[in-house]
Amino acid sequence: MPDKPLNNKAWFLVLPVLGFVLFSSLVPMMTVVNYAFQDTMGQNHFFWNGIAWFRHLLDPSTDSGQRFAGALTRTLLFSLAVLAIEIPLGIAVALCMPRHGRAIGPLLVVIALPMLIPWNVVGTMWQIFARQDIGLLGAALNGLGIPFNDTQYPVSAWSTILMMDVWHWTSMVVLLCYAGLRAIPDAFYQAARIDGARRWAVFINIELPKLHRVLVIAVLLRFMESFMIYTEPFVVTGGGPGEATSFLSLDLVKTALGQLDLGNAAAMSLVYLLISLTVCWVFFTAMTQIDRRREG
Amino acid sequence: MSLVLEQLGMTVRGEEVIRDVSLRLERGTMTILLGPTLSGKTSLMRLMAGLDQPGSGRILMDGHDVTGVPVRRRSVAMVYQQFVNYPSHTVYENIASPLRVAGLKKAEIDARVQQAARLLRLESLLTRTPTQLSGGQQQRTALARALVKGADLVLLDEPLANLDYKLREELREELPRLFAQSGAILVYATTEPAEALLLGGFTATLSEGRVTQFGPTAEVFRHPGTLAAARVFSDPPLNELPVEKRGPTVTLANGRTLPAVGALANLPDGAYRIAVRAEDVTIGEGQAGAFVFSGQVAVSEISGSESFVHIGTDLTTFVCVEPGVHEREPGAAIAFSIDPQRLFVFDASGTRAAAPTMAEPA
Amino acid sequence: MTRITLDGVAHSYGARPRDERDYALKPLSHVWRHGLAYALLGPSGCGKTTLLNIISGLVVPSQGRLLFDDRDVTRLSTERRNIAQVFQFPVIYDTMTVAENLAFPLKNRGIDKAAIGRRVAEIAEMLDLTRDLARRARGLSADVKQKVSLGRGLVRADVSAVLFDEPLTVIDPGLKWELRSKLKAVHRALDLLMIYVTHDQVEALTFADEVVVMNDGQVLQIGTPAELFERPAHTFVGYFIGSPGMNLLPARVAGREAEIDGHRFPLAASYPTAAPGQRVQIGVRPDHTTLRASGGLPVQVRRVEDLGRRQLARVTLGAHELVATVPPGTTLAAGAAAVHFDPARTHVYVDDRLVEGTP
Repeated sequence: MPDKPLNNKAWFLVLPVLGFVLFSSLVPMMTVVNYAFQDTMGQNHFFWNGIAWFRHLLDPSTDSGQRFAGALTRTLLFSLAVLAIEIPLGIAVALCMPRHGRAIGPLLVVIALPMLIPWNVVGTMWQIFARQDIGLLGAALNGLGIPFNDTQYPVSAWSTILMMDVWHWTSMVVLLCYAGLRAIPDAFYQAARIDGARRWAVFINIELPKLHRVLVIAVLLRFMESFMIYTEPFVVTGGGPGEATSFLSLDLVKTALGQLDLGNAAAMSLVYLLISLTVCWVFFTAMTQIDRRREG
Repeated sequence: MSLVLEQLGMTVRGEEVIRDVSLRLERGTMTILLGPTLSGKTSLMRLMAGLDQPGSGRILMDGHDVTGVPVRRRSVAMVYQQFVNYPSHTVYENIASPLRVAGLKKAEIDARVQQAARLLRLESLLTRTPTQLSGGQQQRTALARALVKGADLVLLDEPLANLDYKLREELREELPRLFAQSGAILVYATTEPAEALLLGGFTATLSEGRVTQFGPTAEVFRHPGTLAAARVFSDPPLNELPVEKRGPTVTLANGRTLPAVGALANLPDGAYRIAVRAEDVTIGEGQAGAFVFSGQVAVSEISGSESFVHIGTDLTTFVCVEPGVHEREPGAAIAFSIDPQRLFVFDASGTRAAAPTMAEPA
Repeated sequence: MTRITLDGVAHSYGARPRDERDYALKPLSHVWRHGLAYALLGPSGCGKTTLLNIISGLVVPSQGRLLFDDRDVTRLSTERRNIAQVFQFPVIYDTMTVAENLAFPLKNRGIDKAAIGRRVAEIAEMLDLTRDLARRARGLSADVKQKVSLGRGLVRADVSAVLFDEPLTVIDPGLKWELRSKLKAVHRALDLLMIYVTHDQVEALTFADEVVVMNDGQVLQIGTPAELFERPAHTFVGYFIGSPGMNLLPARVAGREAEIDGHRFPLAASYPTAAPGQRVQIGVRPDHTTLRASGGLPVQVRRVEDLGRRQLARVTLGAHELVATVPPGTTLAAGAAAVHFDPARTHVYVDDRLVEGTP
């Protein structure tokens, strides 16, 4: 049932925003679409190229296709890794936080702190942190005899970026879950104690089901953000060593601005957009379907 | 001044929550919407307020069609089951808020707030914030806000449901008086028959989104027109028995036959449902001509002024109310009787086929 | 078999209670006997929930001891006390079926599958849940959910007491009847100690063998429903029990006679004259206060309420308001009438406490 009063005239108030959104997103997007179907010989001479860019892109036997497939795989892997670490970790941290008391306020601020730092600053911090000569992490690991160099070893580069993302964004999952946990009435915990449920059973049977909706949002937000990650890896590794951390976004910029391969880049960005949209849609419908089935 | 609902219908997610509701509410009257949870009380109120738009039908205020008019431009006040107040405002500011919105002068606002506070006994609490109030005081604040607004239509959605029993009793007594002078159209939703009787006025019984009966409260109570209305307006629950009428007798589900007298006389043959309120079941053999049954005491309860006996029989479990304090041992054999004059008879469609020839209150 | 003993139990939520008013629960000693159903009745903030939480182990009392039989459990955790509790709002495990919900406490205690199945079937039968066993608990209506949470409490064979914290709050009136009589039937069948917290006097009286009436952290009377109704030991009990509550009027009492504003009427027993400074009131229930056309104390009728089963008149006697029963068939002249108090049901209170007269 709609809980808010309906007022159809209110739509007029939205019109300016709508106009602005159209102008700021649709117009540039149409330019991109325009590029994606044309090619140029230079000097601003464009000609119709059909779906050739797309065909190249999606055919792994071509150069650009191979590069695209590699970047896409890396990006998906990165997103999966981010979700696999941050979601359980976020839930775990939220579970450990106190529900009542005076410490909550300061604690929440401390936890939210990483999220307040701009992306490029985070990147710079971690870039320095991971350096093997002066970085605390890099130097310490090398001191312990573990070879660590994010400009040479792909494993080092990947772990640096993953750690950075976990550090930067787990707090968001924590805060979402904490809010969800706080909404569970005390009676549920009391009942579980009386029923003799152990900690794990309480988690599985009470907390996890009650967190379900919050987790859908957390997973969705974390997926989208990590799938489109750009600034931090650009600052920390610049996509290297080699192509090891060259995610779709980095590759896209390289193609478009580095090589001025506009047609190819335009096709890439459209496919990129479509993939994000599709994944989000599939994910969202799946989650709401599960929700509905459980209601019924 | 009147509010007229014409054949309202509303469907939410494929479910009909309001079906063909037509009502006419007059200024200065109180109408009680009586029905169980999910019977459509709140949905109907939201339609009256203009918070939702009906799928079909019209709403007329003083003859003007206001169906599409948003709530902001109607003169409506609403009080909910949950205590809804502005948490950061004092009681005074809470009560004054609708007047400030209306742009009244300071002195006028102050006079009206003081008056409402006096009526609801909030004078000493005016400087507190809602968090410092008890549930009863919070709800009184919400009521004062509704009162002070001087709205044409005041909707009270189970306003006392979250309050302590005794507090509920007191407010219930005060409420009709408070709003009586305001001359508003008052609508009050409740699940409790006793509350409806106490408040008086008019009652519309609701079940499954339909108004099953509408009329003066005492009238609806004494002469329910449908089985649904009778059920909604009976506490303890109605005692019901399916019967088969053939000629001069009716047959019960256990094969026993009874003479078709009283309300059962003069009905065509067929299947009926007879029903009797708990207060019309008498312990003992009763007077001559009464239908006498026997069973065992299943549960015996004392509420203070009254005692309730649940009696298990081979037909159904009967509930009987006796005035005064009577303790009965569970399992004990007990005889009880029903005066055929006090039976309600409903046909297969649930419409009343015959009513008790009821004298005024027993 | 369990007997619960409160031995001087008191509780204050503040660290250092200075005087009586700091106590949410004032010192209380009482024995809850096995097999009986008790109700804790009182307005919000009277201490009834604190008392319930002390028994269930959610609150450790600041003084006194709590014994289950002869075992001191004052500091024992909830899960080791063998109690079951039903809360105000149904607590069910959403993701489980009704059967899994009922089996949960047994599963947690490592009982073997066959025994669990038997016990669950038995309890489901008792609560009319057999048809719902395979259904997911989430989609059930409030009353069925509440039965499931009750069932989870009853399913353990070793449970020594079942505690109810206003369990009928979210249930519709019609279903309340059903659930309440179910509770009574279960109580008889299982022979358990049950303690039921409520602010609703009808629920308390109909449910309990004995009702504990509380106000301001203090127990004012413990008695059977009939005792509470017929002989309230305190004016608060008189007011709180019964709907509407007892008529309480300041009076002068001497011997077998009482006087209100110069109007005299007889009492059934003889009472000593109160000392100066003591507040004397007479208390009569509306049920035993009859409105007549004439012959009795003169009153002004303000309003007559038709409650379906009975009619009550709100009247004023001088400056005092009271409620009287209008017997069927009474015809009244407009405004003025008289009330009659049944002498055998008219009680005398001195400083709010019931005084016994000598016959």
